[in-house]
Amino acid sequence: MVPLWMYLVVAAGLFCIGMYGVLSRRNAVAILMSIELMLNAVNINLVAFWRYLTPERIGGQVFAAFVFVVAAAETAVGLALILMIYRRRQTVVVEDVDLLKW
Amino acid sequence: MDINWFSADYLPWLILFFPLLSFLMIVLFTARNRIVSQTIALSAISLSWVLSLVEFYRVVWEKDVELGKEVFGSQVDWFEAGTHTFKMGVMVDPLTAYMLLMVPLACLLIFIYSLGYMRGDPHNSRFFAYISLFAGAMLTLVLADNMLMLFIGWEVMGLCSYLLIGFWFHKKSAYQAGVKAFMTTRVGDVLMLVGIGYLFVQAGTLGFREILYNEDMLSKLAGQTGIHSVLLGDALGWSPATLIGILLVIGMIGKSSQFPLHGWLPDAMEGPTPVSAMIHAATMVSAGVYMVVRMFPLLSAGVNFHNGDYSAAMWIMGSVGSVTALGAAILAVGQNDIKRILAYSTISQLGFMVAALGIGAWVAAAFHLINHAFFKALLFMASGSVIHSMEHGEHHAHEHGQHEEPHDEPDGLVMDYVAPPNDITRMGGLIHRIPVTAITMLIGSLSLAGLPFITAGFWSKDEIIADAYHGAASDPFPLFVLLALVIAAFLTAFYSMRMWCMTFLGQPRTPAAEYAGIGTGRNRWVKWWNGTRWGKQDPREVEETDRVSRLSAFQMELPLVILAFLAIFAGFIGLPEAFFGANPLHDFLAPTLLEEPEVFDFNFMPMLISMLIALGGLGVGWWLYGREPLAIGESDPSERALGPGIWKTLQNRFYIDYAYRKYIIQPAEWFAVNIVIQAIDKETIDGVLETIAELFTTLGETFKRFNRVVIDGVGDGIPEAIFGFARWFRQVQSGRIQQYLLIVTLALLAIGTLFILQLR
Repeated sequence: MVPLWMYLVVAAGLFCIGMYGVLSRRNAVAILMSIELMLNAVNINLVAFWRYLTPERIGGQVFAAFVFVVAAAETAVGLALILMIYRRRQTVVVEDVDLLKW
Repeated sequence: MDINWFSADYLPWLILFFPLLSFLMIVLFTARNRIVSQTIALSAISLSWVLSLVEFYRVVWEKDVELGKEVFGSQVDWFEAGTHTFKMGVMVDPLTAYMLLMVPLACLLIFIYSLGYMRGDPHNSRFFAYISLFAGAMLTLVLADNMLMLFIGWEVMGLCSYLLIGFWFHKKSAYQAGVKAFMTTRVGDVLMLVGIGYLFVQAGTLGFREILYNEDMLSKLAGQTGIHSVLLGDALGWSPATLIGILLVIGMIGKSSQFPLHGWLPDAMEGPTPVSAMIHAATMVSAGVYMVVRMFPLLSAGVNFHNGDYSAAMWIMGSVGSVTALGAAILAVGQNDIKRILAYSTISQLGFMVAALGIGAWVAAAFHLINHAFFKALLFMASGSVIHSMEHGEHHAHEHGQHEEPHDEPDGLVMDYVAPPNDITRMGGLIHRIPVTAITMLIGSLSLAGLPFITAGFWSKDEIIADAYHGAASDPFPLFVLLALVIAAFLTAFYSMRMWCMTFLGQPRTPAAEYAGIGTGRNRWVKWWNGTRWGKQDPREVEETDRVSRLSAFQMELPLVILAFLAIFAGFIGLPEAFFGANPLHDFLAPTLLEEPEVFDFNFMPMLISMLIALGGLGVGWWLYGREPLAIGESDPSERALGPGIWKTLQNRFYIDYAYRKYIIQPAEWFAVNIVIQAIDKETIDGVLETIAELFTTLGETFKRFNRVVIDGVGDGIPEAIFGFARWFRQVQSGRIQQYLLIVTLALLAIGTLFILQLR
C-alpha cells in the first residue's frame, strides 16, 4: 500500500504549483485555474488524512465535497468579475488592474 | 430732618443753586434752542435776585437777633480727608448781606443787557450757560462759609472768565487774551492755594467762623511759632498769620488785576462787552477785594494798625494798591480804545480799594467795591452800546458808500492796536445818535470821577481818602498812599471826562459815527432830540425799525437806566456822620469782623481834597476836550501836551507787557523749546528710550532667528520626516494583488518557520 507521506508530497507539490501559478501568472483566468490547483491539493490532503487516520468517520469526505462546491462558486464569481473587467478595460492582465493603490 | 428752605439759615443755598442749575440745564438739554436757553438763564438769575432780597430782608429786619451779633447759615458734611471732615456751608453776615444787594442785581441787569447785545450771535446758548455758571460761582464765593468753598467759586469764576474772554475763539487775539488771563491769574491762585493749605495746617480748619470770629485762634496764628514749622516762615521770623496773609494777598493781586499781575485785564476786553461788565468790572475782579475784606482779621492779626503798626500783608497791599491806582490811571489817559480806558480805570479803582485795605480802611474798601461795581458795570454796558452803534454805523455808512477802507485785523494780541468800532478818536457827536446811552454814561463817568455830593463814587472815594488822611498825620506809609491816591483820583476825573467828551461831543469824525445807532430803537428819541435842537428833521435820514431791534435796544438801555440810578444813590448809605448824625453803612458793616473799625472825627480837609481833585480833573478834562471838541484830523490835546514819545509809551502800557514777553515768556519758551523739549526730552529721554528700544529690538531679532531655526526646525522637521516616510512607505500599497499575496506568503512562511522553531 502507498504510504501516507507520498500523498502528502504529491499534495504539497500540487499546492506549490498552484501557488506559483497564482503569484506568477499575468492572466486572471490562469490565476483562477491555479487557485483550483491549490484547492485540489487541499482536497487530496483531506481525503488522504481521512483514509489513513480516521477511516471510521466521513468528515474528510464531507469537507472535500464542501471544497468542491465552494471552489465552483468562487470560480463562477471570479469569472464574472473578470468578464466585467474585460468589458470595461479590454484586458485580463491583473497588473493593469491596480486602481486600489496609494 | 425737617428743613425750612425759606428760613434765613437755608435760603442762601437756593440763591446759589438756581444759576448753577440753569447752567446744567442749558448745557445738557436746551443748548440747541436759544430762546429756551435764554429764558432759563434769565429766570434763574431773577429767582436768585428775588431770593437774595428776601434773604436780606430776613436777616436785617425780620429776626429778633441782631445781624452781626449772630451769623446766619447752615452746614452739611462734605467729605472726609484723614481725620478731618470738611463741611460745605453758607453764611450770611453783614458783609455778605451787603454783597447780596449788589451781585445778583448786577448779574440780572447784565443778563438782560446780554439779551439785546448778544442777539443774533449763533452761540447764544453757550454764552448764557457760561454766564449762569459764572453767576452761580460768584454767589458761591460770596455765600461760602469756609475758605475751600470760596476757593472753588474763585476758580470756577477764573474758568468762566477764560471761556468768556475767548468766547469768539475764532479770533486769534481773543483766545490769546483768554489764555493770558488764565495763566496770569493762575500765578496768584497757586500761591493762594498754598496759603489756604498752610492755613489749614496751622488752624486745623478752614471755616470762617472758627478762624475769623475766634480771638484765641487769631492770636495763636499770629504767635511767633507755628504749630508746625515751615522753613521759610521760621527763617524770616514770620508768624503763620503773616505768611498766610502774604500768600492770600498774592492771590488777590492776581484776581483783582493788581500790579504786577495786571496785564491780563486790558486784553480781557476781547470778550463780549457784557462779560467785561460782569466779570471784569462788577464781580470777579472785586472778588479778590471781597476775599481780603473777609480775611482781614487774619491779615491784620497781631498788629495794631491804628497806631501805625502795619502787618506785612498790609504793607504789600498798601504799596501795590497805590502803585496800581496811580499807574493804571496814567495809562488810562493814554488809551484810545474805549473799553481799554475802562479796563485801566477798573484796575486803578481796584487799586484804590486794595490801598484802602492796606491802611486798614476795610469798610471804605467794601463801600467803594459796591459803588464801583454799579458805575463800572454801567460804563462798560454803555461802552458796549457805543461799540454796537458804531458797528451799526459802519454798516450803514457802507450802504451809503461812505465807508473807510477796513483795516486788516492783526493776527493775535497787539498792544497798541485799537479795533475801529472801539476807537474814541473815530467817534464824536454820538450824543445825537444814542442819547440814552450818552446821558447814562455821563452819570457813570461822573460817578467814576467822583463829582462831589451827588454821585456814589464821591462818597466812597472820599472815605478812602479820609482814612488815608487820618493815618497820614502819624505815619509816612498812609501819607504815601494818600499822595498816590490823590493824584490817581485827579487823573481818574480827567480821563473820564476825556472819554465821554471824545465819544459823544462835537462833530462825527468818521462816517461810521455819523450813521451810528443801536438798532435805532430810539428813533423817537433821536427825532425829539434833533427836533429840539435844530427844529427840523434830522438831516441824516432816520431809518424805520422792526420790533426785534426795538426790543434789543430796550433790553440794552433798561439796565443802563437802572444802573445810572444806582450809580448816584448807592452812595448815600455811606454818608459821613457829620451830615446826618450817623453813617448807616459803617454801623451796618462794623460788627462783621472782630476788628471794630475806628470811627474818625469828621475832618473837613480830606473832603475838601476830594472835592478839589474831582472838580479839578473834570475841569481840566472839560477845558481840553469839552469846550472845543476834537475836530476831524486834529490830534489829541493830551498827545500834544505829552509829546509823541510819552504818548507811545502810554499806548504801549509802559512796555510792561513787552518786558514780560521778553524777560519771562520768551526765556520760558526758549527754556521749554531748547532745554526741555530738545535737550531733555528729545535728546536725553528719547535717546535713552531709543537705546533701550534698540537693545530690545536686537534681542528680539535674535530670538526670532532662534525661533525660526531651532524651534520651527524641530516643529516642522518632525512632521516633515513623518510625511516623507509616509510618502515612501505608501508605495507598499501598489494595487497589484500578486505582490500582496507574495508578501503574505512570505510572511506566513516566516511565521510558520518561527512557529516550528519555537515548538522545538
